[in-house]
This record gives sequence, C-alpha cells and structure tokens, in this order.
Amino acid sequence: MNEAVRFHFVVDGEDFTSAGQASVSVKKNLRRLGIPPETIRRISIAMYEGEINMVIHAGGGEAEVVVYEDRIEMILTDHGPGIADIDRAMQEGFSTAPDNVRSLGFGAGMGLPNMKRYTDDMRIESVVGEGTTITMTVMLA
Amino acid sequence: MKISTIQELLEADVVCGEEYLDHEVHSACGSDMMSDVLAYVKDQAVLLTGLVNPQVIRTAEMMDMVCIVFVRSKSPSEEMIRLAKESDMVILKTNKRMYEACGRLYVGGLGFNTVK
Repeated sequence: MNEAVRFHFVVDGEDFTSAGQASVSVKKNLRRLGIPPETIRRISIAMYEGEINMVIHAGGGEAEVVVYEDRIEMILTDHGPGIADIDRAMQEGFSTAPDNVRSLGFGAGMGLPNMKRYTDDMRIESVVGEGTTITMTVMLA
Repeated sequence: MKISTIQELLEADVVCGEEYLDHEVHSACGSDMMSDVLAYVKDQAVLLTGLVNPQVIRTAEMMDMVCIVFVRSKSPSEEMIRLAKESDMVILKTNKRMYEACGRLYVGGLGFNTVK
C-alpha cells in the first residue's frame, strides 16, 4: 500500500442522533483494510469523541481520515466558536457543554482528554470566533 | 458466561439479537454516562444502562461491545433497534434497577477481573 487512502465526511451539526455516523463508517473501512482491531478501536473512539464535540459545540464540521503506510491521521475541522483556553479544555472534567447534552450521556469533560489518550499525537489549532482544527495521529506498528 | 445466562439472571426480554444469545462474554460495565464508558471501559463486552438514545448504541459499537442491557424497563426506539441489528448486537431489557441488575450478574459469576 504505497498510495495513502483517504476518507472524507461531513458531520451534520443539526442532528445529535446522527452523530457518530462518520466514526462507524471509518471503523468499517479500516476493518476492510485489515488494520489491527485494537488500533481500530483507538481510532474509532477518538474520532467518535471528536465528532460528538463538533455536533455539541460547533454546529458540525468536516472529518478527513488518511491511512498512510505507517500511520493514520484524522483531521477534524469546524467553523464553530473556537476554544478560548486549550489547556483548560484538556483538563478532565472541564466542560462547557449545555445541560441537555449531559442528559444524553455526554458533556462530562472527557472528550478532548480521551482523544489525546487514545492517539499517539494530537494537535489543536483554534481561533476564537473562527473555528478549530484537530489533527490526531495513530501509528501503525 | 453466555448472554443467555445474563438474560436468565436478569429475567430480561430479548429485544433483538436472539441469534447471538450463545455468545460468550467475560465482563460488563454499568453506566448512564457515555463519556465515562468511552473513557474507562476496556474489553467489557456488556453495557448495562438506563440511558435511552441512539448514542448508547454507537458508544457500545465503538467499544466493540456485543450486548446492551436496558435497566428500569427502559425501551429502545425503533431507530436504536435498527442500529443494533446493523452491528450484530444483542439488546436485552429488564425491569431490574441498575444496582440490582449489576449485583445479580456479579454474584452470578460475571466479575470485573475475568477478562482473559
């Protein structure tokens, strides 16, 4: 596999019910490519958390997943409000999610820490009022 | 433990996935907070929850879980059942509360330290 394989998704921000569709699709595609199950799980969880975040905070966005020979990259881009204090957002338990999101089982302030925990590298670029881009990398053994 | 044993211990109804009741599982987790499931669960194949929305099915799918038990007589929607069927998952429904449901499974031999 010399050519990188790319998947592109639009994450609908209107509908919390549909959040996770991109992650499910990524999971199926990676399985087809023969990526090890434990690696697929880490990628799925990180991607799913990112997708939920985009729906909760940013009114949706776009996700690109690129499979290279030695690594998988996930790039999540939104044009939401941006993250004012990234260090604070990275703390477990810190959340700005509204109460209705908590009643759906999310908004515990575990999203970003989880994305970092399950990936080998995570970079956040965010401009308040313009949006956020998160790039996550998982190495393939 | 077979999923069919879980069904018996909880006196649960099978909502979908009848064909997978012979599947063996080794551990479970109980939570209404999907954030916590995504953060702390490792290799638990069964999720007990009183939360009812499609993200419960998606969360379970991300964690490679094979069975969801809805406690307190909660009923999943048609949409949730459709998602679960797509992912070959068993959905059970019990009138037991979370504490009792977890307790029955634990006493019945489904411990937290039995994974591999």
